[in-house]
Amino acid sequence: MEFNFLQSLPAIAPEIGLTVMAVVVLLLDVYLPESKRRNVGFVAGFGMLATAAAYFLLWAPTPETQGLYWGGNIRHDTLAEIFKIMVLIAGAITCFIGVDAKSLARRGEFFLIIIVSSLGATLMAGATDLIMVILALETTTIPLYVLAAFRRDDKRSAESGMKYFLFGSFASAILLYGISLLYGFTGHTNLYDIAAFLSTAAFSSNAAPVMISIALIITGFGFKISAVPFHFWTPDVYEGAPTPVTAFLSVASKAASFSLLVRFFLAVFPLGLVIDGLTISSFWMQTVAVLAIVSMTFGNLIALWQKNIKRMLAYSSIAQAGYILMGVAALSTESGTSVAAIGFYLFMYTFTNLLAFGVIVYFSEATGSENIRDLAGLSRRNPMLALAFTIALLSLAGIPPAAGFFGKFFLFQAAVEANLTWLAIIGVLNAIVALYYYLVVIKVMYVDHGDYEEMEIPVSRAGGAVLAVASLAVVLLGTILTTPFFEWAARGAEALFRIVQG
Amino acid sequence: MTVPLWMYLLVSAAVFCIGVYGVLSRRNAVAILMSLELMLSAVNINLIAFWRYGAPSDITGQVFASFVFVIAAAEAAVGLAIIIAVYRSRGSVVVEDVNLLRG
Repeated sequence: MEFNFLQSLPAIAPEIGLTVMAVVVLLLDVYLPESKRRNVGFVAGFGMLATAAAYFLLWAPTPETQGLYWGGNIRHDTLAEIFKIMVLIAGAITCFIGVDAKSLARRGEFFLIIIVSSLGATLMAGATDLIMVILALETTTIPLYVLAAFRRDDKRSAESGMKYFLFGSFASAILLYGISLLYGFTGHTNLYDIAAFLSTAAFSSNAAPVMISIALIITGFGFKISAVPFHFWTPDVYEGAPTPVTAFLSVASKAASFSLLVRFFLAVFPLGLVIDGLTISSFWMQTVAVLAIVSMTFGNLIALWQKNIKRMLAYSSIAQAGYILMGVAALSTESGTSVAAIGFYLFMYTFTNLLAFGVIVYFSEATGSENIRDLAGLSRRNPMLALAFTIALLSLAGIPPAAGFFGKFFLFQAAVEANLTWLAIIGVLNAIVALYYYLVVIKVMYVDHGDYEEMEIPVSRAGGAVLAVASLAVVLLGTILTTPFFEWAARGAEALFRIVQG
Repeated sequence: MTVPLWMYLLVSAAVFCIGVYGVLSRRNAVAILMSLELMLSAVNINLIAFWRYGAPSDITGQVFASFVFVIAAAEAAVGLAIIIAVYRSRGSVVVEDVNLLRG
């Protein structure tokens, strides 16, 4: 494999853009006077959007350029493209809503850390080497620990940061141990080389070590995507972290982790890999199916009792992780429907969750409250904000015309195609339970009367524009843009299944 | 007499288990951080032993281990900073005292 520098650059174009922006934002933060520092957030946000647009238009992978680059460390393909653009959009929207959070806006380093974390998440989307995988994972997570504890004056933020750090690095250490075993038993770090070695005769009678490393790696990933029973950090961290940070970590790190999970398991333990008479792929798929059921059921049932809106969304995100894991469990068909469904679901989930948390940012900045009860009468205090929140909640609940309907539909379809109809039925039952707590919030906003009916909730012009764009995206993804996006995701799935060497 | 590979792996597994036990049983956040470092050391013992006994001409294992060093250092730096922030706002780093968020 010869190395061509210029041909390798497009594979890391978003990462280069983000690195340049990190330096620019750092300098702006130093040299801009305090009164103008709010603009740093806009520079960061527009810079990330520009990076995404340039990558999409100029350096997107084509069937000719897809493949492994940088010594087999990075895979340049359509699936990576989808997840990289998803992360960049999530980072940009977070910067825009972070500008209006008073405790964060005048501190340029907030945007710097968001950019660095996004850099790690984009690398995760394309990583195909064990070293790259852990490096990208840590580049994403370590800045997130800092972000969760960003408001040092706030006791709850510091506590949230500490809990996130302790649980997160515990999970990383477990994952690393699993990965070190995998390296040791195979002697390779490239995911495709490992898969090739595992299928050779030298390994045909050694299932136990592979099982142990799979179990350790699933535990590590389970923490990152907050699947039950590795979820216990999620509600506390989501509640305590500054709301824009919660928004970011609930979408960017989760989306990147899922893309890595799918790529990692399909590459290292491909379908039909048999060691010592055991079909390895069905072992991890069955484990994932169990995690999916437990996450969906537990997340939805606990969410019913929540009084704090951020905590409720935390349990809701645990349940959403369960739905997506259902797609991972359905990977056994080579048609790629389930990868496409996962891609589509995460894309619409990015917009939906950012929209929901964006509304909470403006609501709690104005009222200082995060209780569901205090949302009473929001439809009269700020009808547009209530409408945006309604769209987000309908999408999370999976009601058309919001995008969540098709997102869930594709996942259930993939499960049925993979002969997991019982799993799809559990998913549908869960979606019905979830409907209750989402609709209760809508009822509180539109019907209930609260104590602060006259209190205005101001939304800055930029914030209004961002929320409007996100709402529009959620509705369009659920109506006219469904087919083009699903086809894009299906191309990504196809690229993932095509094994490319060199 | 040369030391066989499995002895290194046994030490590594023991160190890892001590680390896990420490994380789960310790109540002081600094002690938990130390246990986390133990777990990462176990990973490094694994990597270096596998590298030495597997393919010593291939430098990958060493590179991998040095990246794990960097990650451990970065985690310790951020973790200590966060623990100091908690100590300043609470006056305690015992995990059970840090309990505003629950429900």
